[in-house]
Amino acid sequence: MVDATTVRQRAEAFLAGHDPASMSPLDWLRARFDAGLAWVHFPEGLGGLDAPRDLQGLVEQLFRGTPDNNPSRIGIGLGMAAPTILAYGTDEQKKRFLRPLWTGEEVWCQLFSEPGAGSDLASLATRAVRDGDDWVVDGQKVWTSSAHLARWGILVARHDPDLPKHRGLTYFVCDMEDPGVEVRPLRQITGEAEFNEVFLTGVRLGDDLRLGEVGDGWRVAQTTLMNERVAIGSAGSPRRTMMGLFTEDWQAHPELRTHDLHRRALDLWVQGEVMRLTGQRLREQLLAGHPGPEGSGMKLLFARHHQEVSALEVEFLREDGLTYDDWTFRRADGVDFLGRGAGYRYLRAKGNSIEGGTSEILRNIVAERVLGLPAEPRTDVAVPWKDLPR
Amino acid sequence: MTLLYTEVEEELRTAVRDLLADKAPAAAEGDNAAAWNGLARDIGVAGLLVPEASGGAGASAREVAVVLEELGRAVTPVPFLTSSVLATRVLLDAGYADIARLASGEATAALCVSLAASPYRDVTTAAVDADIVGKRPASVSLENERVSGRFTGVAGALGADLFVVPGEDGLVAVVEAERARVEPVVSLDVTRPLATVTFDGAPAVVLDGGSVPEALLFTAGLLASEQVGVAEWCLTTTVAYLKERRQFARPVGSFQALKHRLADLWLEVAGARAAARNAADQLASGSDARVAVAVAAAHCGEVAVRVAEEALQLHGGIGMTWEHPVHLYLKRAKADAIAFGTPGDHRTALAPLVGLPAPE
Repeated sequence: MVDATTVRQRAEAFLAGHDPASMSPLDWLRARFDAGLAWVHFPEGLGGLDAPRDLQGLVEQLFRGTPDNNPSRIGIGLGMAAPTILAYGTDEQKKRFLRPLWTGEEVWCQLFSEPGAGSDLASLATRAVRDGDDWVVDGQKVWTSSAHLARWGILVARHDPDLPKHRGLTYFVCDMEDPGVEVRPLRQITGEAEFNEVFLTGVRLGDDLRLGEVGDGWRVAQTTLMNERVAIGSAGSPRRTMMGLFTEDWQAHPELRTHDLHRRALDLWVQGEVMRLTGQRLREQLLAGHPGPEGSGMKLLFARHHQEVSALEVEFLREDGLTYDDWTFRRADGVDFLGRGAGYRYLRAKGNSIEGGTSEILRNIVAERVLGLPAEPRTDVAVPWKDLPR
Repeated sequence: MTLLYTEVEEELRTAVRDLLADKAPAAAEGDNAAAWNGLARDIGVAGLLVPEASGGAGASAREVAVVLEELGRAVTPVPFLTSSVLATRVLLDAGYADIARLASGEATAALCVSLAASPYRDVTTAAVDADIVGKRPASVSLENERVSGRFTGVAGALGADLFVVPGEDGLVAVVEAERARVEPVVSLDVTRPLATVTFDGAPAVVLDGGSVPEALLFTAGLLASEQVGVAEWCLTTTVAYLKERRQFARPVGSFQALKHRLADLWLEVAGARAAARNAADQLASGSDARVAVAVAAAHCGEVAVRVAEEALQLHGGIGMTWEHPVHLYLKRAKADAIAFGTPGDHRTALAPLVGLPAPE
């Protein structure tokens, strides 16, 4: 097993041999990947050293100030596509996709949700029809961040409507440069378009872009979704927090303080600290080798906390709370929960309990998988997808 | 630091849990001598905070917290919190010579402070019933070494062998039980009954250096672990009941309306555990634990009450009966949320510590 000393030696040796000032950032990142210092828990040859996951922090610490891959721009690739490719991809797929994914040369997006398939993702209707060595894909996806920047998409589509809904799904890597892919910005309540609608019309994908077996799409998608919830719910201990921003406002405006707001602010401060400690304990459990479905719980806490703090902030600001920085319809560069003004934060936080699994679905997951409570009786599981009422 | 449990802590938990299952199977009310003898003599919990040189185990707040989780899970009526934590902490700071009596568990002590006392208020005046005698009854003076006064709301007083009376300026007086009058009070929490303790010119050993507010804060931080235990029992028991109980031809636990409530409770308990572990760890490390204690006390106090209330509601009719133990947990949870500062007291104390000063 690679230990901290080895990782440190490798990182220091790499830094000694690669001066960021004398290389382009991209070449530097490629070299870092090839040295196994991209994500140390990945296998050797794929950007890693087969090291324990917690040693990544050491690498990031040693590499502070060096070129980075702009993780907020490629979050879907790093957080969702990469672990899924690692788990289900062929050797060729891993070799082809992981390096440009990590360096940020190729942006990824996620083609899962559809207008008619949100919480009930397994009911999705986008079809993938086998045609010789290819698949032809037709359908519509929605809530797709980064689709306008993406080179590749992770796609779940229905290859067989005669099978029950979970069994008729296959997972693909979608070529976003195919002429049948049309990306349209989807304007949100914040005024900007962070997401897109994606129309897939006769998109032709080679069978070498299939991830996992035909009919295995649901299982492969679970890997992606578990990683998504962990990514949204447990983003370390960021320097900026929603409560920290509120506290700055509170300190700047003594004239706006009231006893009622004070009581509620202290409530939320405690809630935020408890959330931070819960996340810390969860990460300790993961490092100790006891991962669990508890990650779904973190996302629930995070959504509630963000919504409540940003709502209080708007109220606290009084007249400033009645204003908004900019309603201009424009594309967002990435996902930023804390950026811009209090009004933006309040509106953007509303999405936190919807994206990546609604809070209602996550409560079902906690109740069934953590607490072992029985599932609701269901009528949609054993029936061929095409016969389901809709 | 870690928010997880160490192997040693898990072994301690198992020992306490097994012993309680054996000696105190059904959260009995009132005195529970067999459980206390086993805990103190066989496992040695009474001396956890006492240094080895003084006859204790030389353990820390982290181990104490684990014992409290288990005692909360069983709502066992033993004087661990009141004697082995609160009174012992005061006596250790004051350099009480005979601390080995407490460490062995052969004697127990009670601090003459109301269970409702807040660590953020001066207890030396608050605890005194001023109308009992014309002189300042509970003030301890070195000249006469005698104590008079009446203290209400004292937990762990029934059956205590020693009383520790807080005075001013860090003075504490230790009085033997035979010189005290102890009157039981009909208490909300039947598993931790209160008493009124009266001294009338009782001879005392007067010590210097005890800090009652610090001991109260220390105990408030550890009470959070007891509250985690209470909440955990309520949650586990309710989940098990909802899997068994059938209405409308299906287990009621399969109804989404109930599942969502239980998922929320589980999250609250997970947060409570993290906050309580953090408080215990900070108290054990000896660093400034004020924020950690206030967060744990504010959160865990409310969580234990909420989970106990939900446990009662989700048990339906059986939850309202004396026969079912859930009422013991509700009563403990509600009393614990008043003990050593309410959640509101602890949140108020946080304000200057976290950059959220109160309005002018």
